[in-house]
Amino acid sequence: MIKIHFVDHGGTERSVEVEDGISLMEAATQNLIPGIDGDCGGSCACATCHMHIDPEWLDRLPPIEDQENQMLDIVDLRDADSRLGCQVKVSPELDGIVVRTPIGQH
Amino acid sequence: MLSPNEVPLDQIDVADAELFRSDAVFGYFDRLRREDPIHYCSTNKLYGPYWSVTRFKDIVEVETKPQIFSSEARGITIEDDTLGLGTPMFIAMDPPKHGEQRMSVSPAVSPENLMNLEVGIRQRTNEVLDGLPVNQTFDWVDRVSIELTTQMLAILFGFPQEHRRMLTRWSEVGSASPESGSSVVESPEARMQELHMCLGYFTALWHQRAAAEPQPDLISMLAHAEATRDMPSRPLEFLGNLMLLIIGGNDTTRSTMSGSVLALNRNPEEYRKLCARPELVTSFVPEAIRWQTPLTHMRRTALCDTMLGGKQIRKGDRIVMWYLSGNRDPQSIERPDEFIIDRKNPRHQIAFGFGIHRCLGNRLAELQLRVLWEEALKRWNKPMQIEVVGDPVPVDTSIIFRGFSHLPVRINA
Repeated sequence: MIKIHFVDHGGTERSVEVEDGISLMEAATQNLIPGIDGDCGGSCACATCHMHIDPEWLDRLPPIEDQENQMLDIVDLRDADSRLGCQVKVSPELDGIVVRTPIGQH
Repeated sequence: MLSPNEVPLDQIDVADAELFRSDAVFGYFDRLRREDPIHYCSTNKLYGPYWSVTRFKDIVEVETKPQIFSSEARGITIEDDTLGLGTPMFIAMDPPKHGEQRMSVSPAVSPENLMNLEVGIRQRTNEVLDGLPVNQTFDWVDRVSIELTTQMLAILFGFPQEHRRMLTRWSEVGSASPESGSSVVESPEARMQELHMCLGYFTALWHQRAAAEPQPDLISMLAHAEATRDMPSRPLEFLGNLMLLIIGGNDTTRSTMSGSVLALNRNPEEYRKLCARPELVTSFVPEAIRWQTPLTHMRRTALCDTMLGGKQIRKGDRIVMWYLSGNRDPQSIERPDEFIIDRKNPRHQIAFGFGIHRCLGNRLAELQLRVLWEEALKRWNKPMQIEVVGDPVPVDTSIIFRGFSHLPVRINA
């Protein structure tokens, strides 16, 4: 099991343990983490799983592909730490990752 | 007349407004999804040859490849250039211009701004509901759906509320197609004349906003944003974007406000469920949007030869993504032909489209619908209390919009 710390817009932290191999979006929606919707189900097509990755963990993530970059361009308040949760699979290297979630999604 | 299963496959042509008005189109979509999910039709006289994309997954594929399937080349509806403007509006643009213009208006529907808007939406919803007659038949479309969506639009634009019905009229005129038969306007010339009045009104509003400090309304945002501040110097582009925001913010949510009443009346068991557990409003709303699918389709144009679902698509081909069909696709949605207000993943549906053109106002639409039903259920909490008492009248632009011009309703007190 992999541990993920979600910190919401108001600063409240929720820690969850999820199976190796699922995405950060699935980890959030399965655990009803507020602010993450995942409308398209993981096709990188809706940008409703926008999250901010703690900078310390950012370079351990796979690079942003074209389609994710294109979708990130339409989210509210994209910054250097922005990722779409559906494009990041959790793995033992990400055990303990810290993720900040936005107040809501378009 | 042959049933959808008897018509030879190569003769199936779903782009017929009458099929949408009568809901007969669902039978054809079922067959196409099963037997020919990417279907070519060469016999349509009104629109010309087109591909129908009918499965949820294939629609997502088209939506996520804007570099192949263009919105800009020939417009976004099956009919070439519906507005007659050369469609210069950001929904019909490709990157990078699309993104720049979209970001100029997106703060209006940011999560923070939606929270600010909710109080006012609730207050206006209460006023509209308080004004409804009980124990007598009235038109839900006019008294509720149009009234609420038009008030909302006026707020978003910072448009004078006393003139708000002009927005309703411009929306109808903008989406009317005199060439393919419309009762809204007499001729293409009459239509352009009214649209120019709309442009004149908004140009005056724009100059007023541009001269003032930035405000959180759409016109002010456009007038102050780098990418759009010179838009009135391109009047057709300005009008195109106005039409996009007026129609997009009006005809769609309006249709679901009406369609949600109809869906509950036709599914009394679900109506009972909602009255017993009003907290289900949060999943009932996206389910009602899926059920209604107020926009039947969007169109793309292939910029190069490509393969899609095993079919050879040629450069220049017209691709129609039928959202209405995607939202009834059993491969992506469980029991899609049933209206189920407590579905597990009600937002996994395609009514808002996907990809970079995904509806900008989708959460605002949900917000308006949620508040309407929260407040309506506080007043009238018995199943079938808001009763549909006559046949709904579909809009005459039914090839694009799945909505109603009239819905006779009686509130039983």
